[in-house]
Amino acid sequence: MDGILIYLLSITFFIVIFAGLGFFWAVRSGQFEDMEGPAQRILMDDDDPMIPRRRLKDGEN
Amino acid sequence: MTGNCFHCGEPVPSGIDYSVVIQGEKRDMCCLGCEAVAQAIVDNGLEAYYQHRTALPQSARDLIPEELRKLDLYNHPEIQKSFVITPAEHLKQASLILEGITCAACVWLNERHLQQLPGVTDVMVNYSTHRARVTWDEREIDLARILREVQLLGYNAYPFNAKQQEDVRKKERQRDLRRIAVAGISMMQVMMLAVALYAGDYSGIEASTKDLLRYASLVLTLPVMLYAAIPFYKSAWRALQSGRMNMDVPVTLAIFVAFGGSLWMTAKGAGVVYYDAVCMFSLFLLTTRFLERNAREKSTEAAENLLRMVPAMATRLQDGGQQVVPVMELEAGDLILVKPGESIAADGSVTEGASSVDESLLTGESRPVPKEAGVAVIAGSLNLEGPLQVQVTGVGENTVIAGIIRMLDRAQAEKPRLAQLADRVAGHFTYGLLALAAVTALGWWLVDPAKVFAVTLSVLVVTCPCALSLAAPAAFAAAGSRLLKQGILLTRGHALETLSHVNHVVFDKTGTLTFGKPFLHQTVVLADLPASRCLAIAASLEQASEHPLAASFLCAVEPGALLPVEQAQNTPGKGVAGIIGGVRYTLGNRQLSPHTPEGDVAGVPEGATVVWLCDETRPLAAFALADELRPRAREAVEQLKAAGMRVTILSGDSRPAVNYIAAQLGVESLYWEQRPEDKLAVLKRFQQEGEVVAMVGDGVNDAPVLAGAQVSMAMGSGTDVARATSDIVLLTQNLVDVSRALETGRESIKIMGQNFVWAIGYNALAVPIAVFGYIPPWLAAIGMSVSSLVVVVNALRLR
Repeated sequence: MDGILIYLLSITFFIVIFAGLGFFWAVRSGQFEDMEGPAQRILMDDDDPMIPRRRLKDGEN
Repeated sequence: MTGNCFHCGEPVPSGIDYSVVIQGEKRDMCCLGCEAVAQAIVDNGLEAYYQHRTALPQSARDLIPEELRKLDLYNHPEIQKSFVITPAEHLKQASLILEGITCAACVWLNERHLQQLPGVTDVMVNYSTHRARVTWDEREIDLARILREVQLLGYNAYPFNAKQQEDVRKKERQRDLRRIAVAGISMMQVMMLAVALYAGDYSGIEASTKDLLRYASLVLTLPVMLYAAIPFYKSAWRALQSGRMNMDVPVTLAIFVAFGGSLWMTAKGAGVVYYDAVCMFSLFLLTTRFLERNAREKSTEAAENLLRMVPAMATRLQDGGQQVVPVMELEAGDLILVKPGESIAADGSVTEGASSVDESLLTGESRPVPKEAGVAVIAGSLNLEGPLQVQVTGVGENTVIAGIIRMLDRAQAEKPRLAQLADRVAGHFTYGLLALAAVTALGWWLVDPAKVFAVTLSVLVVTCPCALSLAAPAAFAAAGSRLLKQGILLTRGHALETLSHVNHVVFDKTGTLTFGKPFLHQTVVLADLPASRCLAIAASLEQASEHPLAASFLCAVEPGALLPVEQAQNTPGKGVAGIIGGVRYTLGNRQLSPHTPEGDVAGVPEGATVVWLCDETRPLAAFALADELRPRAREAVEQLKAAGMRVTILSGDSRPAVNYIAAQLGVESLYWEQRPEDKLAVLKRFQQEGEVVAMVGDGVNDAPVLAGAQVSMAMGSGTDVARATSDIVLLTQNLVDVSRALETGRESIKIMGQNFVWAIGYNALAVPIAVFGYIPPWLAAIGMSVSSLVVVVNALRLR
């Protein structure tokens, strides 16, 4: 009983350390800097010329 | 190698190898002290010091504590130049970033402490930006001393420049995220083991297995104790050190009691352990604080974006050559070259060249402003046409735009009354809570010593006043961020609270309800030419004119419709003339052409300007130009009336013009030909009748009224004076925002009220149950966290 528990617990420690390091890496590489941008960016098409340009008149903002 | 120390200029002793990379080069240092100081300068983004310095500093060799030496640098006038202003003789003012602020109490602590220093005349700490504005008398105290005092309190203060604050914020955010991750991962594992332990209590478990699970939990809890929960210890230590109380004191106490007790049980091999409670408590507290901090930061971004419009580099003209330098290095009197398409880096006056400049940054008016030699330009505005040579008059903190940001900063430092009240209550509450915990512990020790530990822990955890102290700031931050999303910038804290009481909205007319510039209103054809042709001719003629009316013609036609004009001629005060397709046309007032008909043109609104287009023999068309209502003005007024507000127009304009606009909007309460002091008097009268007035305005003439009203809103296109004196800036210039802002104000007060009721109700209910021992510590942790989360989530409904 205890033998298998020790075995499983060591795996737990290993996974915990691994998950922690993974998260630290993600934070360091800036993946949490902007939580909204990437979600928006995927919606933006790169086919700029297809989008009609509207000219703003003076006083219209 | 020069053999001299780059920092202090003293010879480098042989066999010494200290160096610092400055301005991209490795510089030799004579001693560890100089190395540390130079490194500190570089690390703080103050490398420019080495370019500005006019004398070498003392060698850092004999100064001992490194931290203090670092601060002394800030006394150097060359370094101070980038962040200190001199509002009056002997008075200095600086903006500082405070690191380590976790709650409103820290703000209060710093403010109080600095205020009692001799020589410090004014301290304001902004909770939402963690910036402090300090004013001091340079004869009595120096900046390093002030910074040192801040450090003694356990905080760090850095002089502010925009870039640096961003870095600090980013670092803090990453650290918070890492702490949350550690607490989260640990909690998941410890909870799993805890389930095994609890289940074991029911279905039987071997003592050795139980021991194993306890030790595993202990190891998994260590990262939380040693890393994730550190902010609580620090904050509590800080509070205790200064003999004050904040909510992190009971939090820290609870964590230590729970962990210490569990440790004891684990070593003894008997009893219940509370590692799960430690992890959960830390995780939930860290998360709520993180969410609250995020909401707060969002609402400050707009103000900082203004600052970033000023470029970081400029082209300096020196000794006949061009040189690209950081803006911080510019000094008053320098000549800089601004190429077309570039932003102007500093306030100054044009010495050479002619161009037009987009100053919409300050005025909101996107029409280019012509600039020629001798005219002043503002940092951050955009040069559109030709190169300009500008003599610098103000850089960095001394620019017009930085002045506006400081005003915003100061405005945000004012806390809403409700939030102040909550802070005070939470402070007293903490003392009460600690006393209660002590009494409980004593009571249970007399009744049942075995349960003292568990019950006291539950009381400490369950009563954490987090929900109470989060109630107001969370709602406030969420409301600010929602308003900002809609283009409404809240510049003063008290505004939200007052907004909910407003029952009378007063509008200025010109520039607020209307655009404040003439638009082509109507074309009346007087001959056989079609209106579009008349308009094309008129617009073509106006190309030569700089009169404000000309622009309204030009934007009424497509650029392609313009016709070539020969012999264009501009008669100031009358109009323009020119030959198009062999025919000579005139466009102007009655004095310009002999053919203009007598009398008024039918259908032209009162207060409009009429311009006549004639050819050589007859009048062709009349154009009525009038100030136009903003697109959604009527909707805005209707909404306000529907919400039961009184609406008044208070204008400096003539009676017919005001009547004309009021009739369109359906407003009955009108005041015309009002000078600024008259406007203020009218406002005071309203207020004496017990009304809470929101004033919406835009101009310099509105500034006193805006300042006098309980809540004031300025159009984003308004003058910066108006914007600085108002509580709210309508960035989108959409008048419907007025009622939106009022609505958000009412809602946020409602939410704050709910939050207070919840927080107080929860504590009133939970405390007695906990004191009598009916709440196990793990349930207490959940209860406390849920109560805080409810408050934050409830506030987030505002967004």
